[in-house]
Amino acid sequence: MIFRLLKTAFVALRVNMLRSFLTMLGIIIGVSAVIIMVSLGAGAQAEVDAQIESLGGNVFALFGSNRRTGGANTGAGSVQSLEAKHADLLEKNIGSVEAAAPQLSSNAQIIFGNLNWSTSVNGVDNRWLITRNWTIENGREFLPQEISSGGKVAILGSTVAEELFGAADPLGQTIRVNKVNVTVIGTLQSKGQDSRGEDQDDTIFMPLKTVRTRLTGRAGANPDSVRLIMVKVFDGENLDYAEEDIGNYMREAMKVSATAEDPFRLRNLSELIETRAETTAIFNTLLAGVASVSLLVGGIGIMNIMLVSVTERTREIGLRMAVGASPTDILNQFLVEAITLCALGGAIGIAIAAATTYSMTHYFDLTAMIETDIVLISLGFSCLIGIFFGYYPALKASKLQPIDALRYE
Amino acid sequence: MSSASPAVFECTDLTKRYQMGDTEVWALRGVDIRIERGEFVAVMGPSGSGKSTFMNMVGCLDTPYSGEVKINSENVSELTKEQLAKLRNKYIGFVFQQFNLLSRTTAVDNVSLPLLYSEIPETEWNNLAENRLEQVGLGTRMDHHPAQLSGGQQQRVAIARALVNDPLLILADEPTGALDTTTGEEIMALFQSLNEEGKTIVLVTHEPEIAAYAKRHLIFRDGELVGDKINENPTLLRTNSAAEIRV
Repeated sequence: MIFRLLKTAFVALRVNMLRSFLTMLGIIIGVSAVIIMVSLGAGAQAEVDAQIESLGGNVFALFGSNRRTGGANTGAGSVQSLEAKHADLLEKNIGSVEAAAPQLSSNAQIIFGNLNWSTSVNGVDNRWLITRNWTIENGREFLPQEISSGGKVAILGSTVAEELFGAADPLGQTIRVNKVNVTVIGTLQSKGQDSRGEDQDDTIFMPLKTVRTRLTGRAGANPDSVRLIMVKVFDGENLDYAEEDIGNYMREAMKVSATAEDPFRLRNLSELIETRAETTAIFNTLLAGVASVSLLVGGIGIMNIMLVSVTERTREIGLRMAVGASPTDILNQFLVEAITLCALGGAIGIAIAAATTYSMTHYFDLTAMIETDIVLISLGFSCLIGIFFGYYPALKASKLQPIDALRYE
Repeated sequence: MSSASPAVFECTDLTKRYQMGDTEVWALRGVDIRIERGEFVAVMGPSGSGKSTFMNMVGCLDTPYSGEVKINSENVSELTKEQLAKLRNKYIGFVFQQFNLLSRTTAVDNVSLPLLYSEIPETEWNNLAENRLEQVGLGTRMDHHPAQLSGGQQQRVAIARALVNDPLLILADEPTGALDTTTGEEIMALFQSLNEEGKTIVLVTHEPEIAAYAKRHLIFRDGELVGDKINENPTLLRTNSAAEIRV
């Protein structure tokens, strides 16, 4: 029975092929737009999850104050700054801290043979690898004596290794970092872009002391100062409590008076990424909302055409009734026609959305993920639109009197 | 035909009233008619005489205002729209002046249309439809669309459609109204041969020449039956079998 109804519906829709297609267009555009938007949202979320993963879980960045303390009033020794020893103290004294890694950074020109490359140099120790979730791909970590004595060694990010060495093995080679000869002891596994689209692999790691004494001019002011300390909290720790503990401890350690401002800034990095992601999510939800409106407009288009169709086919309805079609038969016929129109539109919309998201991910470097849920929901929803907007025209058809319908000119 | 078999159509004191704005129109004012199996009846009268209203009653397209209408001794008066549709499907085969075929649909599918709403299994539809098309002499044009057929051929398809459910009664409303005289005669010959094979036929017409082919004349005027007479000498056409008719 349902097969027969579908066949009748297809015959009727084929009679006015162009019109059927134009009617479906609203549903096609609506469905594909909704799916594309939701898929982009899902892709963005997946990217955020990956970024948090590459960040290494629950990580705080502790920056030294960037407040300028010039002028005569500031006596010697009153400039409180972040020091490498604070990292040790945090690790030792705060239970929730898994690792704390001090860092100094600088930019440098790296030269190998006749190639050169400008990149950022991170002065760190092995704890940096733990807090930022870096893995050594080839070679080794820093040795304790390299860290304590400022050894002239470096671990290369994959971009730098690629630019200077290509396919060759960089291990054991000597590169020049701002005129200092440095031996390559390891390379890092690639992490790709960060949340701002910057290449995380475009960097090299050298011991903190080496960077301080040989690359930055910081040696004079406070020989132990660092730019930031990356603090990693154990999984499952409450981040708000951990943040408070770290803040309180640092005020104490830096001997800050009760009324003074913090001489440091503490940032929850995963939260920062989440916040940025939320903006994207809101934007995507908004677009998906706009797309659903077009689905609604498409539904109204279906209703309009079905009403025209009922009027045009009044004689056919009269004939069908005369030869034995009951009002229910007529109602079903037009309802199935409207649902077929919508379901077909929905299916085409899904195909277009699949093709679009595929080409977006392959040619435009966007992340989009089509989820089965949303495909099924939108297909079901377009069928519902068919029922909702097709019911009134179908009811109108079924209420026709066979005598009047047969005489309709 | 035994006398025990019920009348195909029977009405007693049938009235029908329409509301046209403020005025009431009595389309039928107490009509008593009985049509037996195997009859060939022409319903005649000028427009506004009530013959169309009467035809709607015979075709179960309408219900009476008062009085009783029975099709094969089933009382029609109290039936719902769904039940009326079933009754039409089972007992009545319609033939219209304008053929009313579905365009872009083949002859076979057009003829099958009433089967769609019947309880006959789908596997038999094609066979039944093809047999009926052969019966009206269109065995070679099964897959033609209405636009590819002449007026007379289209009306034959419509007659095949009316026959496909093997109804009790063929109801033809001005079946030759849209055809030229020669083609009209061929259609009337087809009706005559169907009647000879035992089909009950009710023909609505305002043309005396067409009515002359029928065996009984019912004449309406102002909503009343003013004449009910046997046509002693119906015009006989040269062919007796539908299959011999030139296509």
